[in-house]
Amino acid sequence: MNSSVIVFPGSNCDRDIAVALEKMQFKNKMVWHKETKLPKSDLIVIPGGFSYGDYLRSGAIAGKSLIIDEVIKAAKSGCLILGICNGFQILTETGLLKGTLLRNRNLKFINKDVNIKVINNKTSFTSKYKLNQILKINIAHNEGNYFTDKDHLNKLKNENLIAFQYCDVNGNISDQSNPNGAVENIAGIYNSKKNILGMMPHPERMVDNLISNTDGINLFASIMN
Amino acid sequence: MQITDKIIENHGLTKDEYKNIQKLLKRNPNLLELGIFSAMWNEHCSYKSSRIHLKKLPTKGKQVIQGPGENAGVIDIGDEDAIIFKIESHNHPSYIEPYQGAATGVGGILRDVFTMGARPIALLNSIHFGSPSHPKTKSLLNGVVSGIGGYGNCIGIPTVAGETKFNETYNENILVNAMAVGHAKKSKIFYSKAKGVNKAVVYVGSKTGRDGIHGASMASAEFDENSEEKKPTVQVGDPFTEKLLLEACLELMRDDSIIAIQDMGAAGLTSSSVEMASKGLLGIELNLEKVPCREENMTPYEMMLSESQERMLIILEDGKENHAREIFKKWDLDFVVIGKTTNTGNLTLRYNDNLEGEIPISLLSSSAPIYEREFSKKRVPTDKIKIKDLKKIKLEDALLKILSSPNHSNKSWITNQYDQMVMCDTAQRSGSDAAVIRIHGKDKAIAVTVDSSANYCKSHPYTGGKQIVSENWRNLISVGAKPLAITNCLNFGNPENKEIMGEFAECLDGIKKACEFLNFPVVSGNVSFYNGTNNKNIDPTPVIGGVGLIKKLVQPINHMFKGNNNIIILIGKTFGHLEQSCYLKENYSIISGKPPEVNLINEKNNGEAVLNLINLNLISSAHDISSGGLITALSEMSIGSNFGVKIKKPKKLTSSIEYFFGEDQSRYILEINEKNLIEVEKILQSKNIYYEKIGFTQDNNFEIEGEMKISINDLFKVNNQWYNNY
Repeated sequence: MNSSVIVFPGSNCDRDIAVALEKMQFKNKMVWHKETKLPKSDLIVIPGGFSYGDYLRSGAIAGKSLIIDEVIKAAKSGCLILGICNGFQILTETGLLKGTLLRNRNLKFINKDVNIKVINNKTSFTSKYKLNQILKINIAHNEGNYFTDKDHLNKLKNENLIAFQYCDVNGNISDQSNPNGAVENIAGIYNSKKNILGMMPHPERMVDNLISNTDGINLFASIMN
Repeated sequence: MQITDKIIENHGLTKDEYKNIQKLLKRNPNLLELGIFSAMWNEHCSYKSSRIHLKKLPTKGKQVIQGPGENAGVIDIGDEDAIIFKIESHNHPSYIEPYQGAATGVGGILRDVFTMGARPIALLNSIHFGSPSHPKTKSLLNGVVSGIGGYGNCIGIPTVAGETKFNETYNENILVNAMAVGHAKKSKIFYSKAKGVNKAVVYVGSKTGRDGIHGASMASAEFDENSEEKKPTVQVGDPFTEKLLLEACLELMRDDSIIAIQDMGAAGLTSSSVEMASKGLLGIELNLEKVPCREENMTPYEMMLSESQERMLIILEDGKENHAREIFKKWDLDFVVIGKTTNTGNLTLRYNDNLEGEIPISLLSSSAPIYEREFSKKRVPTDKIKIKDLKKIKLEDALLKILSSPNHSNKSWITNQYDQMVMCDTAQRSGSDAAVIRIHGKDKAIAVTVDSSANYCKSHPYTGGKQIVSENWRNLISVGAKPLAITNCLNFGNPENKEIMGEFAECLDGIKKACEFLNFPVVSGNVSFYNGTNNKNIDPTPVIGGVGLIKKLVQPINHMFKGNNNIIILIGKTFGHLEQSCYLKENYSIISGKPPEVNLINEKNNGEAVLNLINLNLISSAHDISSGGLITALSEMSIGSNFGVKIKKPKKLTSSIEYFFGEDQSRYILEINEKNLIEVEKILQSKNIYYEKIGFTQDNNFEIEGEMKISINDLFKVNNQWYNNY
């Protein structure tokens, strides 16, 4: 399977995701943001980091960069797109995913391992997980507080487009288990066609027991499937 | 322009120093030249008060590739791998503007490391604030922590370890020390020594603004009530640009285009150009109209003294200019040839062909003043504390008091604001004795940690100096690393004061003694004097940053208990030294007497034995005993793990307070699975190591026989409340 990782100035999880993809046997290419053509890809990853310093608004400038037009084209033709952290923020800026990521409600950067629940395991990204499986995944962001309007929120629920929700170790989804204030504890969402996933937690950080755990592996294994 | 006494004073130079400049130049300097002398001759750049003492430190060893004198120290960790690291202070700017001061402290130390060809892989910090009740402390804490996080998180280098302490000695002068650690190939290390005449001198990175003008001079002066007015001299950090600069530099470093490279840190363009030329015994000529400027109408004086961040000066090999320019263009960074090396030995500054200043470089470097300042020695304090004379406090209450104190509370409120996991090689995050970072793509790892013990150093600087090096060594051993080398950040008060100079000289003697004995050389460092306000100096606070090697990382070991019914062994002798202890300070507000003595022979033997046991995979967890003594260390091992302990009452010492809270050195607690016990004891006995079996792990409760019993959940709660309630 061919994957491409888009690299913006200020991306800083690009190497991490590349390592994870290669570990999972993807044939991966790094694509510089100034390029105007994408290599043949089954999966495009927009990695975490601080693209353009997040100076205007996180993801805003990257959402207007040259390569993004190609990503949008690929997305429309059904290519799998995964946006992690800043990548999720960029996807909302491009309009490929709806909603927005606000500042964390405690107004601080948060880095810790949190529990998330697999809400839909019938997608290309999650088929290897069990339904309602609880994963322990690292988060690291200033703006991870997902927000969207009522109509869209209803759509997300009705069409089963919520990918993950923050929960406690027993799977309870509550305000206490919500690290950043995201509406309905949402940690990741799909588009209608479920070929685009945006998520705040970092699955690429959870592929090695020596460093953390291997709860992220099945995300990549599902895609590979 | 007439150089008046006032101008000389504003440049932080003494009248004698100015006369010396006139004598050396054989004329009066103009204002630009005076500014350059002031930048190069101030304490921060010239080390004029500290140099004769720093010379004493051991800086050599088989593991050392480059000791002090370069941008950072370099050590050998086997194969093709080198580790490059340094710690530096950013105290004064952080007090004036905490967010930017701390952020640019991180940015500056990162540049020191990647200038030498290393990819930074870890950040650490040692931050000291005034009393929590001081009106400024809360906002300083908030600002510094978000500044450190803001820079490291954005550039994408994990902040993995550190220490945060509160003490009223820092009320008007906080300490912000940042350490960066990088990994390079041994064959690809870059130095700052210029070579060859007529080589292009290239300016890369951010544009130059008016920020930070005379920052280095500010760092060399005591604060007074007007310090707030110095705000404009604090630099502003841009971690995004630094990320681009890092990637562009590392890309250019893949081939042989670079002759020399130096970051523009303190004293900016001045110190970088002077240092490169001075090391190469060359001259350097700069055409200042070419310097990329952020603001209009900047004068040569401002350009030479600006401390704008994220800039580098590079001397390129002939014919490499276009290749290098392409790389910087790709990363959208300025790249301008602003001058060339010469054989004149002079720093020559032109603006549109007008000669603006010319100074022989040797006058700025080797002729800089060196002071052998007077110092007084400190006697070992003899006051003794008799426990019997103090109001009795229950063991449990005393422990809870310590665990809930600002200095011992869980610091996840801070560390959760730092990205510790980016780069995906952090095998041990902060909270243990040291952090462990895997070398990317390999199965070896390094351990890193920072330590300080200001009250020990204040009480008896020599013993304190020995103690911090030893504690740092112990922390590295506790995670299974062989200690290799240190960097130090020496935070002291006003060196013109005999007692302060004495604290400095004697702390260094102690550091030297321990480093020599433990084969733990100093490879880089930084001196920060004039920490104090209105003649009130801070307690001497040398901070030690250590690096150790784990040859093969199989399963990282840390301080958290791993199982039920495991044996707990205490390594090292307990005498019950309570003077200068955390117990007396937190429970009785008593800070008196001498610090605990470090017996370096025991230190070395105990440490090597523990490392040996860890390497043989016989240990489940390990923790060194430091501030708060045995019982505090035991509770730290319980908190965060799911296991409590049952500890026997001591037989030998009359007072369990002394036994449990004494801060005797060179001690460790080890958790051992019963199946390994015979082998562990055999090894300890064969090495003549003093040890005691003090109890075992159990579920749920933290228990001292006949003294106390508390659930580990309650311990956890007590330990986790202070920051959230502050």
